[in-house]
Amino acid sequence: MAVDAGAPMRLAPGAETARPKVEVRNLAISYDGTPALVGVNLEIYENEIFGIIGPANSGKTSFLKALNRMDMFNAAMQVSGEINFDGRDIRQWRNVYALRGRIGVVFPLPVGLPMTVYDNVALSPRLSGQTNKAELNDIVERCLRRAALWDEVKDRLNSLGSLLSGGQQQRLTIARALSQEPDLLMLDEFSIAVDPVTTMRIEDVLKELRNEMTIILVTNLTQQARRLADRTAFFLTGSCVEIGETEALFTGQVEDSRTADYIAGRFG
Amino acid sequence: MADDTRPLSVVARPTTDEIDRRNLDWYIDKVVQAVVFICGISAIVFVIGIFVFVTAEGFGFLVDTFDFAEFFGSPRWKPTSEYRTTYGILALIAGTASVTGLAMLVAIPFSLGAAIYIAEFATGKTRETLKVLVELLAAVPSVVWGFIGLTIMNPLIIKTFDVPVGLNVLNAGIILGLMAAPIMTSIAEDALKAVPDRYREAAEAMGATRWQLVFKVVLPAAKNGLLGAVLLGVGRGFGETMAVLMASGHSINLPDSIFDSVRALTATIAAELGETAVGSDHYRALFTIGIFLFIITFIINLTADLIVRGIRKG
Repeated sequence: MAVDAGAPMRLAPGAETARPKVEVRNLAISYDGTPALVGVNLEIYENEIFGIIGPANSGKTSFLKALNRMDMFNAAMQVSGEINFDGRDIRQWRNVYALRGRIGVVFPLPVGLPMTVYDNVALSPRLSGQTNKAELNDIVERCLRRAALWDEVKDRLNSLGSLLSGGQQQRLTIARALSQEPDLLMLDEFSIAVDPVTTMRIEDVLKELRNEMTIILVTNLTQQARRLADRTAFFLTGSCVEIGETEALFTGQVEDSRTADYIAGRFG
Repeated sequence: MADDTRPLSVVARPTTDEIDRRNLDWYIDKVVQAVVFICGISAIVFVIGIFVFVTAEGFGFLVDTFDFAEFFGSPRWKPTSEYRTTYGILALIAGTASVTGLAMLVAIPFSLGAAIYIAEFATGKTRETLKVLVELLAAVPSVVWGFIGLTIMNPLIIKTFDVPVGLNVLNAGIILGLMAAPIMTSIAEDALKAVPDRYREAAEAMGATRWQLVFKVVLPAAKNGLLGAVLLGVGRGFGETMAVLMASGHSINLPDSIFDSVRALTATIAAELGETAVGSDHYRALFTIGIFLFIITFIINLTADLIVRGIRKG
């Protein structure tokens, strides 16, 4: 479905560059000493959709949390190794809020904050100091249009965001993430609480967004990774088993037989 | 083990003809249900009972002597005057209202700040210790607070502000504020804790600082619970007797400033009831004040309760 993207929010970069947006070296995550993820090494390039598949408890969500430095206020979560974002170790960003501001996150269950639809989307620009009403209106409309939600909510921008349906709330969450103008958008099993039709609409949105940002798509629907991801990583019980071109993985060119078994649905 | 077919228990299951026989368990169940039902509705019985008693005692006054304009419009409470008794509670209402108002000015910032710190910023041992201490503070008897007002605040106010009397609105307001703050903190903290963590995570992931998170997301989400906490504090202020009696100066006054002594509705009842002849106009007038207080606190508490409940549902 075609999405009216409105004016681009910033200049779309040219062709894909080979520069890694995110570079992960020897990443290990544990909770109170119990390892959740060990020995992850990977690069994620600008303007690609990077899929992460794997069964429950494979460390996918922990990986996203580490990228966003969500370990900071969670004393139980320990992260070691190196994560470079735009070439800099994220632990050397002195302002963690600025780092998070550049990374948009969409959680598995939609989180419509208990405020109006408008305020949900305007929250992030307001946090960074935008008070101009016209600018805010513009941002809200553009983000909602891009998240394919505008037509459904344009007449009730002042009703509570938490009263929208599940699928609408998830698109609201995406609109809110877009309002940050993120460089990197991380989606964690976004379709878990969304009906198939809405899922397809959101997938269309993601394909368009690829032109402007890097996307990490964690999913437990392997076919979703196949539809969207340029490259895909397979996580299993706390380690990264294999990374490869998505098409290659799905056509049997795998190095580890567990990957083939998972993709074929023999377990997981 | 799959092939172990022995019965799970040595107690026999009821056979078909036993199904219609009521056994001991059935009777115990009925008795327990009856007992907890009586305990459960006892609160309703007591509330109604108290209201009926207070109304009955004050009823004679309401019928014979009560003059609406005088009762609520006159600041002259002179039940024992030799040549003209007047029963005006305006000054008493002003006393209670001024003390409660000042108490809220003290208690709201204190308790909100404390609740925000405990719920959103403190972690681990600090949080647990603080919670226990706050609850301990809430358990300090009101006469102890009154004692502090008399012996510590009184000379302090006289010295600091160079006023002749330290038992006044200021003293009682501060004491009452400090008294109400712990319970308000406790309820406000519950309200903040009731805000789901996914809201916090979502805002945090978006780059909100801790303070932005609290101010823009958590406080708005908890606002009904917080309002409930404030109203319960107000209810406490209206109903508090002993501390206010001891710290307010207990003199009938329409206060012009916070350094005026005042008298509260509750304190009037406490101080005078023991010295009136049962059944006299004075005695019944005090009960009429009781009816008034009962209605006010009932409305405040009911409102607070409805607000807090409304939030839980929404």
